[in-house]
Amino acid sequence: MSFSSKLDQIFILLQHWIAGFFPQALQPVVGTILGVVAIVAAFPGIFALTTVLERKGLGRMQNRLGPNRVGPLGILQPVADGIKSLTKEDIVPLSADALVHFLAPVVLVVAIFLCYAVLPVGRNMVLMNMDAGLLFFFAIGASTELSIFMAGWSSRNKYSLLGAMRAVAQMISYEVPLLLSSVVAVMITGSLSTVKIVEAQSGFTGWFPHWYVFTPWGFAGFVLFVIAALAETNRSPFDLPEGESELVAGYFTEYSGFKFALFFLGEYLGMFSIAGFAITLFLGGWGAPLSVLGFIPSWAWFFAKLFGAIFFFIWLRGTMPRLRQDQLMNFAWKFMLPMALLNLLVAGAWRFLGEGWSRWVICSVVLIGAYVLLGRVLMRGQHLGPRSYRYAD
Amino acid sequence: MIFGLGIAFLLTSALTVAGAVAAAVLKNLVHCALSLTVTFAGLALLYLELGAQFAGFSQILVYIGAVAILVVFAILLTRGAAVPEYRNYSSSWFLGLAIAAAVFALLTWAVTKSLPASETVSAPAVNVQSIGVALMSTYVLPLEIVAVLLTVALIGAVIVAMPESREPKSSLERSGK
Repeated sequence: MSFSSKLDQIFILLQHWIAGFFPQALQPVVGTILGVVAIVAAFPGIFALTTVLERKGLGRMQNRLGPNRVGPLGILQPVADGIKSLTKEDIVPLSADALVHFLAPVVLVVAIFLCYAVLPVGRNMVLMNMDAGLLFFFAIGASTELSIFMAGWSSRNKYSLLGAMRAVAQMISYEVPLLLSSVVAVMITGSLSTVKIVEAQSGFTGWFPHWYVFTPWGFAGFVLFVIAALAETNRSPFDLPEGESELVAGYFTEYSGFKFALFFLGEYLGMFSIAGFAITLFLGGWGAPLSVLGFIPSWAWFFAKLFGAIFFFIWLRGTMPRLRQDQLMNFAWKFMLPMALLNLLVAGAWRFLGEGWSRWVICSVVLIGAYVLLGRVLMRGQHLGPRSYRYAD
Repeated sequence: MIFGLGIAFLLTSALTVAGAVAAAVLKNLVHCALSLTVTFAGLALLYLELGAQFAGFSQILVYIGAVAILVVFAILLTRGAAVPEYRNYSSSWFLGLAIAAAVFALLTWAVTKSLPASETVSAPAVNVQSIGVALMSTYVLPLEIVAVLLTVALIGAVIVAMPESREPKSSLERSGK
């Protein structure tokens, strides 16, 4: 085995080496446990790093310093935050439903960790290569909505309940375009397995990779998927459920101490997993962006892309104002859904038009035409003049 | 192995039945809905144990992701956030019990009749791809009928939710000026 392929498989070799100390019968179990431990250690680690990156990045965009007291350049801030949330008093409101109040963050974090089971983070690096991997991801992702409802309802607080209702309505509305926009990748690959979807994108033409995002339907699907993913994870500009200027903190208003930290963790882990699936479906998963860069290990590419996605999310949060509830729903049902459905048709046409340049032209023209037409029609009634204030004039 | 059944099967079926019993017995409606979700999850686990990945994940996606949410939304929108507690037994509990027993008997009869005569028949290997192929070839007509039905339901829901009069400016907006 050459050095670069050894480096590529270093975690797999490590797993086999550790499992080798155990008797033959226990080895599969030990291997699985090691994989689970790696996931449970790696992604919360990225979460800790992201909190400090996000605060630093937002600070830079807002012309201030951000955290800079703990450690060099504020790098150790997550440690201080963790200790703080562990030592804080855990307050449960008197009228709250104690059991459901306790279960909600646990269910959320467990469900989100389950999503990582089918995420390929490198060559041969997936915990379960399931036949229906993508379906598993969406099924588990859908069940996080219930934990958000549990949190909002059990707190017996009107802000919590309002936030939970907003969150659930938003997540259900954007789940439809999320699912439909990812179906194009499944249609072209012919498999629901995440590993096969990545493998189908691993070829190169000259120097350039066969990522789905470089095709008309793939690009449209990727943009729709990213928008829906932002809404699913309640990130800005879709952060209505926890809009702090309107609802205190939405569904986790009544959570304190480590339960609050669990919600925070769950939210960021959900963001990483959905960004990981966007990478898997459209950005070639762990594949290198140029054929000459293939010597860099596959997991390094995956995590580099993941950090790129995180940077993009932070950038959006620093730039975009929050949507209004009616804008949110109109956008989901009048723009996202028709475009996702049209994209399905375009992907089918791409499949049956055969090789050649004609399918590039036809698919691009259809998608761009639909985008322009739909945009024109939806913007017709809107008057985007200077804002008028009802009370503040 | 107890009674010839695996430990995993016993655990998941106990979970499923416990969730169903809790859904029938608990007093708070939202608690009932949440216990019903446990039952849905238990059913999904049973499907997965039988090797039916697609059915199991669809069960989670549809029942936990959509039906359970629909149930709790319906409760909250009709009864308000502070759910009043109800009597355990409605006045028609005997009728309900009789209907449940009849349905159970019918299902048991159907299942026992459809069992193969010999025990050695191996389960067919079904993967997601073969389900897709079957849906697109043998069962394409039922699939299309279901699709039309769902579209009709969707349009019906939109019509029900639409405002009665379609004036360009609502009275609320005018009074706000």
